[in-house]
Amino acid sequence: MPAIVNYDDVQVGTELSPASFPVRRVDLVRYAGASGDFNVIHWNQRVARAVGLPDVIAHGMLTMAEVGRVITDWTGDPGSVVEYGVRFIKPVVVPDDDAGATIEVTAVVGAKLDDRRVRVDLIASSAGEKVLAMARAVVQLA
Amino acid sequence: MALDQSYIGRTYPPSEPYEVGREKIREFAAAIGDDHPVYRDPQAAAALGYDDVIAPPTFAIVVSARVGAQVVFDEELGLDYSRVVHGEQRFVHNRPIRAGDRLVGVLTVDNIRSAAGNDILSTRVEIGTEAGEPVATAYSTLVARGPDRES
Repeated sequence: MPAIVNYDDVQVGTELSPASFPVRRVDLVRYAGASGDFNVIHWNQRVARAVGLPDVIAHGMLTMAEVGRVITDWTGDPGSVVEYGVRFIKPVVVPDDDAGATIEVTAVVGAKLDDRRVRVDLIASSAGEKVLAMARAVVQLA
Repeated sequence: MALDQSYIGRTYPPSEPYEVGREKIREFAAAIGDDHPVYRDPQAAAALGYDDVIAPPTFAIVVSARVGAQVVFDEELGLDYSRVVHGEQRFVHNRPIRAGDRLVGVLTVDNIRSAAGNDILSTRVEIGTEAGEPVATAYSTLVARGPDRES
């Protein structure tokens, strides 16, 4: 599994390229179909509000997937992601307009591990609030 | 409503195989807006050393959620799915999932607890090939928000 990023070129504190990802209602519908997660709170405002949410919210797994792209875009090899975990602390609220929500992602190398692996620490925000905690990945480098 | 604690530690029999298709991987990659060729083009995958197109790291949820449904939608457990949000998710990958894999999942209920009026269910799905090769483990925590909570 060759990765383009070499372990020796990376230090603790090395920043990955930040990215932002739009999440619109149509993206939630597409993700629901592709993933098989048809939980109503991801596409029906009436039901979302009835269960106490401010509006329709994005699938946590869609947020996790978008945030992870910062890593796979960095290494060039999605197979380099050995371990990836997040805690969902705030929902990404997706209004019914053409802009939707935006997920902003930054990432930094938090530790160099054995076997030419690194730990990447990720920060993800939407509407100015952090939406993930403990967002971390173990990544195999070359 | 408190969940049935007796489910803690329960391990389910291996699931029916899930066959990973190229088009399903393409569909999933499109849904997360990722145009990486390794998800679409077998030659691009071969250039990275893979036998066929691979799936994005979080694609494992497609398999693990199906397997996890055995307990999530078990009425005797008592989880109200309309109130469920995702609390935590973690994947450990032995290797990328790739087209052609026939994957089975073994579900274990790791924990059930209540906190701040919420019901919290933690599960683990060990995903492997039919032949027994380990592929990934998916750790999920689902939270059923209590009816009195507005957030």
